[in-house]
Amino acid sequence: MSSTVAPAAPPTPRADRSRSRRKKADRIGDRVLYGICLAAALLAVAVIVLVVYQVVHGAAPAISKFGLGFLVDTTWQPNFGEFGAGSLLFGTVVTSSFALALGAPIAISIGLYLSLLAPTGVRGVVSPLVEMLAAIPSVILGFWGVLVLAPFVHEHFEPALHGSLGFLPIFGAAETTGLSVFTASLILTIMVIPIIASISRDLFLAVPKDLQDGASALGATRWEVVRGVVMPSTSSGVIAACLLGLGRALGEAIAVAQVIGAGSEIHASLFKTGDTLAARIANQFPGALTELHKASLFYLGVILLVIGLISNLTAQWIGRRFGYRGATAR
Amino acid sequence: MSGGVPDPAAPLTPSGNLRRRQLISKVTEYGATAAAIVAVTVLVIVIYTVVARGASAVSLDFIFTAAPTGVGPALLGTAVIVAIATAIAMPLGVLIALFLTEFSGARIAGPIRLTLDLMNGLPSIIIALFVVQMLVKPEHKNTAFAGSVALAIIMLPLIARGSIEVLLLVPHSMREASDALGVSRWRSVVGVIVPTALGGIVTSTVLAVARAAGETAPLLLTNPVANLSAFSVDPFGELPSIPVRIYSLSEEGNPEGFTQAWGMALLLVAFILFASLGARALLARSKRKLASA
Repeated sequence: MSSTVAPAAPPTPRADRSRSRRKKADRIGDRVLYGICLAAALLAVAVIVLVVYQVVHGAAPAISKFGLGFLVDTTWQPNFGEFGAGSLLFGTVVTSSFALALGAPIAISIGLYLSLLAPTGVRGVVSPLVEMLAAIPSVILGFWGVLVLAPFVHEHFEPALHGSLGFLPIFGAAETTGLSVFTASLILTIMVIPIIASISRDLFLAVPKDLQDGASALGATRWEVVRGVVMPSTSSGVIAACLLGLGRALGEAIAVAQVIGAGSEIHASLFKTGDTLAARIANQFPGALTELHKASLFYLGVILLVIGLISNLTAQWIGRRFGYRGATAR
Repeated sequence: MSGGVPDPAAPLTPSGNLRRRQLISKVTEYGATAAAIVAVTVLVIVIYTVVARGASAVSLDFIFTAAPTGVGPALLGTAVIVAIATAIAMPLGVLIALFLTEFSGARIAGPIRLTLDLMNGLPSIIIALFVVQMLVKPEHKNTAFAGSVALAIIMLPLIARGSIEVLLLVPHSMREASDALGVSRWRSVVGVIVPTALGGIVTSTVLAVARAAGETAPLLLTNPVANLSAFSVDPFGELPSIPVRIYSLSEEGNPEGFTQAWGMALLLVAFILFASLGARALLARSKRKLASA
């Protein structure tokens, strides 16, 4: 090294000045770029805070009028200025848990298939197809639900389920249309599957092959490898994925508003109409006239925001706590 | 199995417990395969229905004329709203990604990553309420711009996350080479790092556009009744959009409206599927190129 560097000639005053000017420009440039980037990042944080603030602010009149009793009150009569979220909360819980109970096992199985079973060629085709399912806009899925799925459910599923399992109150007699809690849950199931499936596929792919081969060498069948090696090492990530799917199901407004039938009562039967928090906002906000009606819809938004943030934060916490870093929806 | 030494001449066929274990394994394998088939079938049915019922509605008139014969204004409106949203979200998303990959320490990066994840998890209806309260209520006027802001909030985390992934793939040697030449930080970011990652950044933006183009809730709340019979690009008035139009037609229950809605659904699905499939393929290619560089 020593031989290659010639001793620097003493800088002429002019070169020195231009270099120092350039250095100064660079220093300013560094600062400016850093500043802009920091500002953008802080803006994102500010947006989240503002979202919470503005939604709560919008709900303030309803919060002060109805208090926490809003959560259990089941009357919703805009004409009489009486509002309660009870039946909507019920509908949200029913549809989301139905969607998760049906969707999660299917989605996890798809994840297993794509990561461990499918030949490479098939995986290359099926993987993007499953993700395409998530790319279909909810309004189109909802429209399809109204015109294709709901009549099909009405003609085939409802009589069959009522006939065979009618002793359970949740499978009541068939109604006049297929617009029901049941159809809405099926639509939500379709939406939840691609989210959970693609996250769990990535989780399963990350399980070290050595461990799986070791189990196989000890004589474990494929299922035993999954049960004994793959599942235990990924369970926390899978739970986080399910929570993200749950967040999606809770917050879906448009498709549910289209197929659930906008009923305001609590029914045991899944084949009757119902409504969810998000769907009620989408359904009534454009037509809401009184301030109290709007504020009540904002109050529904506050409830939704709280539930959504809790499930999302839990998912992130599980992801970080147990070392899985990709706990994020698509 | 009672003897100490198994009979070496015994045939190697499973029996008893092993047969049961293999049966369980087979059943679960078939179950997993069936689950994948179910998901693909649902996708095929949905897309088939949209194509079969929408194809008869779509024509050049349908795309380029206003109501009652066509949906031109809604197409134009969607394009304007999404374009403004992209113009807001893309620079911000890339800057946030640069901040997280080039500038920030782990301490501040954590909360900002969490913010992006939470923003991604926000239901679009909540974002819609926020925008109504923030932009529509003070002005007492529905604007397409408010819808664009809402879509930008939806797109931001997607663009930021996509850009982070690509920026992390920019080889470390390029940064070191730049440093060794005495290039200042900002010059190497602007001149070396961003251009290298540009392909990936653009494709993540396309994916976010495909997502935003189908979002209904924010536009339903900010632009519920827009004029369908005149072309307009004014973002400070109400603009019609494809998703909101499909939604309102599906609520109306009029068979002619349904045909029109299927036609719009076909246009929207075609755009989204081509954009996202194309972007995915390009993204995979540019990632591979970066990884091998």
